[in-house]
Amino acid sequence: MQGVLEGAKRCLPIEISGFAIGLVFGVLAGQAGLSVAESFLMSALVFSGAAQFVVLGLWATPLPVAGIALTTLVVGLRHLLMGAALSPFFSKLPRLKAYGSVFFMADENWALTMSEFSKGKRDAAFLLGGGLVMFASWTTSTFIGRTVGGVLREPARWGLDFAFPAVFLALLVGIWKGKSDLLPWAVAALVAVAAHHLLPGQWYILLGGLAGSLTGAVRSGA
Amino acid sequence: MALDPQALFTILLMALATYATRAGGLWLASRLALSGRVEAWLDHIPGAMLVSIVAPVVLASGPAEALAAVAVVLVAWRTGSFPVAMVTGVCAVLVLRAVV
Repeated sequence: MQGVLEGAKRCLPIEISGFAIGLVFGVLAGQAGLSVAESFLMSALVFSGAAQFVVLGLWATPLPVAGIALTTLVVGLRHLLMGAALSPFFSKLPRLKAYGSVFFMADENWALTMSEFSKGKRDAAFLLGGGLVMFASWTTSTFIGRTVGGVLREPARWGLDFAFPAVFLALLVGIWKGKSDLLPWAVAALVAVAAHHLLPGQWYILLGGLAGSLTGAVRSGA
Repeated sequence: MALDPQALFTILLMALATYATRAGGLWLASRLALSGRVEAWLDHIPGAMLVSIVAPVVLASGPAEALAAVAVVLVAWRTGSFPVAMVTGVCAVLVLRAVV
């Protein structure tokens, strides 16, 4: 329980920008033709900003159901890596807890949790705490954006699009272990920038993450 | 409360697909024997993933984003605070986009 609270507390300030992004999603969902109930349900059941924004671009009548499902799967593939990174810490949990918590695994609370683990803390409930805050914020802001909407159409105008990159940069500063990270991180950056340039969608995250982490594994084994 | 059956079905499929990816990593990794090499790989995932998420924004958007990133790293390094780093990033990019 203490871990849940701790995770919630740490995620709260970061979620200010998450809330703003949820508002934007609500507004755009309305423009794409989703009803209030549909927008809210999507945020509550899918709970993935990346997938939901991408899918809005595909939302049309008649609905390309298979295309949307497949796109969602592809955008979610980075979760495979994130879940794998959690597994050494989640292996001792009862199944229901472990597989229940990962529903709430999003980029931000996952990254915060991994940075806690890298400092030697071992409370897996931290992920759930942060996730619950993000879930509450994401669903509420979607609802408000969809119903009230219109104000925050362009987050870039307020610099809000840089909020998450800033948080992730701060996390990187925290998990930097020294020179041994230099090569894996450089490989990750290079592959990500190239993939971002060459491929559509979110493949760059998965490809950069794989290339960088495998570089780290190969080097540390040598 | 308009809820189109086909839209609902699509949303449920999306939910299923996303949850499968969230649970899948945990499930697959729990079936891997934890050799030193596998552990080293898992260890390197967070850094490599975070670098990949920010790299296109920081390195390939323009000078404003690159400079704001430098400011964020310095502030995060000195203060160790995520909220402060976040506010620094948003303000820096807002100002720099107007200037450079």
